[in-house]
Amino acid sequence: MAEQASSYPEIAPLKLHVPEPGCRPGDTPDFSEFEIPRAGAVPKPELDASADDMLDLAFSIIRVLNKEGEAVGPWADDLSPDDLKQGLRHMMLLRAYDTRMMTAQRQGKTSFYMQHRGEEAVSCAFQVALQKGDMNFPTYRQAGLLIAGGYPMEKMMNQIYSNEADPLHGRQMPVLFSAKDYGFFSISGNLGTQYIQAVGWAMASAIRHDSKIAAAWVGDGATAEGDIHSAMVFASTYKAPIVMNIVNNQWAISTFQGIARGGAGTFASRGHGFGIPSVRVDGNDYLAVYAVAKWAALRARSGFGPTIIEYVTYRAGGHSSSDDPSAYRGSAEGAAWPLGDPIERLKQHLITLDAWTEERHVQAEAEVMDEVKTIQKQAEAIGTLTSGHPPSGRDMFEGVYETMPPHLVRQRREAGY
Amino acid sequence: MVQMTMISAIQNAHDLAMEKDDRVVVYGEDVGFFGGVFRCTAGLQEKYGKNRCFDAPISENGIVGSAIGMAAYGLKPVIEIQFADYMYPAYDQIVSEAARIRHRSNGDFTCPMVIRMPCGGGIFGGQTHSQSPEALLTHVAGLKTVMPSNPVDAKGLLLAAIEDPDPVVFLEPKRLYNGPFDGHHEKPIVSWGKHELGAVEEDYYITPLGKAAIRRSGEAVTILSYGTMVYVAEAAVEETGVDAEIIDLRTLVPLDLETIETSIKKTGRCVIVHEATKTSGFGAELAALVQEDLFYHLEAPVARVTGWDTPYPHAQEWDYFPSPQRLGQKIIETLEG
Repeated sequence: MAEQASSYPEIAPLKLHVPEPGCRPGDTPDFSEFEIPRAGAVPKPELDASADDMLDLAFSIIRVLNKEGEAVGPWADDLSPDDLKQGLRHMMLLRAYDTRMMTAQRQGKTSFYMQHRGEEAVSCAFQVALQKGDMNFPTYRQAGLLIAGGYPMEKMMNQIYSNEADPLHGRQMPVLFSAKDYGFFSISGNLGTQYIQAVGWAMASAIRHDSKIAAAWVGDGATAEGDIHSAMVFASTYKAPIVMNIVNNQWAISTFQGIARGGAGTFASRGHGFGIPSVRVDGNDYLAVYAVAKWAALRARSGFGPTIIEYVTYRAGGHSSSDDPSAYRGSAEGAAWPLGDPIERLKQHLITLDAWTEERHVQAEAEVMDEVKTIQKQAEAIGTLTSGHPPSGRDMFEGVYETMPPHLVRQRREAGY
Repeated sequence: MVQMTMISAIQNAHDLAMEKDDRVVVYGEDVGFFGGVFRCTAGLQEKYGKNRCFDAPISENGIVGSAIGMAAYGLKPVIEIQFADYMYPAYDQIVSEAARIRHRSNGDFTCPMVIRMPCGGGIFGGQTHSQSPEALLTHVAGLKTVMPSNPVDAKGLLLAAIEDPDPVVFLEPKRLYNGPFDGHHEKPIVSWGKHELGAVEEDYYITPLGKAAIRRSGEAVTILSYGTMVYVAEAAVEETGVDAEIIDLRTLVPLDLETIETSIKKTGRCVIVHEATKTSGFGAELAALVQEDLFYHLEAPVARVTGWDTPYPHAQEWDYFPSPQRLGQKIIETLEG
C-alpha cells in the first residue's frame, strides 16, 4: 500500500467548495454572463418528441416577446388580444392583492404573507393552459393559479385573515390555500412533498383511463428535497400525465439557486437523467409561459408522459413578510434582472398590437386597486386575525378523522367545546 | 371456513377488496409480478392486471407520496412498505401529509389509504428488519394504527382499514405470518402451537377498527397486549397459572378505552407487554391512561414488560423480546404488590 501511495503526485489538502452568488449587498449586479437567447430562437418540438430529441431545450430559454414587445417565433401562440388583456388583468390583480396583503400584514391584521412580485406570469399564464378537472399541486407562490382560475379573492383574504369565513377554519397558515373545485391542491408547509403526490394523482388519472392531468410545482431551492427525485423516478417509470414545474426565481430565502442546483447545468437538465423531456422558459414572458404550458399539458393529455419546465424568473420581493432581502443580495439586483417585469412586458406587447395604451393602463391600475380594496373591506368586515370573531376552538377538533374517535371527543370536552 | 396463515388471510383480503371495489389499487416493492417478498399480494397482478397491482421503484417516499396523490384523486391505494424499518424515508409523507390532508383542507381533500408494513422481530432480521415503530405512528394525529395477532383478525381488520375513509397504518407481525409458532427459532414458547386460529371465513367480513378483543377472561390481573405479544401473554399465564385477563388491543389508534377500563375495574391490576423499546413506547401511553382514569381502582402499580432500549440485535433476539418468563415474573410481582 505504502509503495502505491508513494507513486501519487504531491497533492494539496482538499478544500470544500461552497458556491457563491454574483451579487451580495453593496455589489453592483452583473448579469453579463447570463445567456439569454433572442426571442423566437428556440424551436418547438413535436408533441411526441423524446427527451433525446430536445436535449438543448433544457439549456436554452424559450422566449416569445422580443425587446420591441412583438410576439415572434414558433412558440408565439394563438392568444387573442382579449385573452392577453385578461392575462394582464390577472397579473395586475395579483400584484394589487399582494400590495394590500403585505400592508395588512404590516398593520398586524395577519401573521404572515408571501408575495409574488416579479413572478406573476408563471402561475397566471399556466392556469389558462389547463382544463377543468386538472389538478395543480402548488407551493406558496402560485396564488395566480387561483386568480386566473376565477377563485373568489375574498375567500383568499378570509384564509389570510383566519376569520370566521376562512374556508380552512383557521387551521392553516396564511397563503396555504386549498381549493379542490378550482384544481388547487391543499398546500403543505413542508417543501417539495406535493411533487410526488402530484405524480400519484396523475397515475390515478391514467389508472382510471381519465383525461385529467396533474401539474406539480416546486421552487429552485426545494428541488434539493428527496421528494423531487422520487417524483421524477415515478413520473418517468409510469409515464404519468403530468407537467412538472420548477420555478427558478434565483433565491431560496437567502440561499442563491447555485446551492440547490449543484453541478448541474440547469434545473431542467436534471430531467435528462430520467428521460423526461425538459425545457426552460422565460418566466417573465406571459406568452412564452402560456405556450410552453399548453404544449406540455397537451403532451401529458395525449399520453406522452411527463414534461419538466424550468421557469427562469426573479423573486423581486422578499421571500415572505418575515424576510429582509437587503441583508443578503444587492438592492439593485431586481431592477437589473435582464428579463424585465412580466406586467410591463405584456403591457408593451398589447400596445404594439394597438389593443392597449399607457393611459388605459394607468386607469386599469386604479380600477384593479379599487376592486381589491373593496374586497379587502368585505373580508375585514368579517374579521382579521386580531379583530372580529376568530374560528371556534371547536374547529380544531373537527376533521382530524372523518368520524371523531372517542379520545378526541374527550379532549374536545376537556377544552370546553 | 378455510385454514389460512396470516399471509394467506392478508392475500385473501386484498383479493376480496379488489374484487368489491375497482378503486382499490395495490403496489409496492416486489408486490406485483412476484407477489411480495412475504407473498401477501401473490396472484393479484395476474388476476387484476398491471393497472391495479404493480411493482414500484425502491422508494418508500415515492410509494407513500404517490399513494397520497392517488387517494386525493379518489382511488383507494393499499401499499406495502417491505419492512416497517424502511418507513423512515417516507415518514414525512406519512406524518406531515397523509395524516393531515383532511384536516388542513377542511375535508376538501382526503386520504383513504392503507400502508401495510411487516413489523417486529423473530426472523433474525437484525437492526433494520425487526423494528416495531407503532409509537412513532400512534403519536401522529390523523393516523390510525392497527396490529393484528391472528389470520381471522388480519383479514377483517385489513378489509376495515381499506374501507376506512382515513389513512391507516397496518402493522403485520412477521413472527406470526406463517402461524402461531416461533418462526426460525428452536425455542418454542409453551402453548405456542396449541391455537387453531387459521379457520378463516372465506366471504367478505369486517373486524371493526377501535375494538379490542378479550383473548382470555380472568379476575386477577389485566394484561394489555397486541400482535405477537398476545401469545407471549397466553404462555405466561399458562406457565404461572395466574387467572389473568388478556386483552388483544388490535387497534392502537383509536384505542378501545372502554374494554380496558372495564377489565381493570374488575382486576385492579395491569401489566402491559410490547416488543418495541420501552422509553416513550406505546406502553407508556397505556400506563398513563390507566393511571389517569383508573388510579383509585388500582391495587398495584401499572407494570411494563418491553423490548430493551437498544437497537434490535441480530443474534440476541431471544434475549431482546419479552419472553413468557419475563412477563410471568412481572405478573407475579404485580400480584404481590
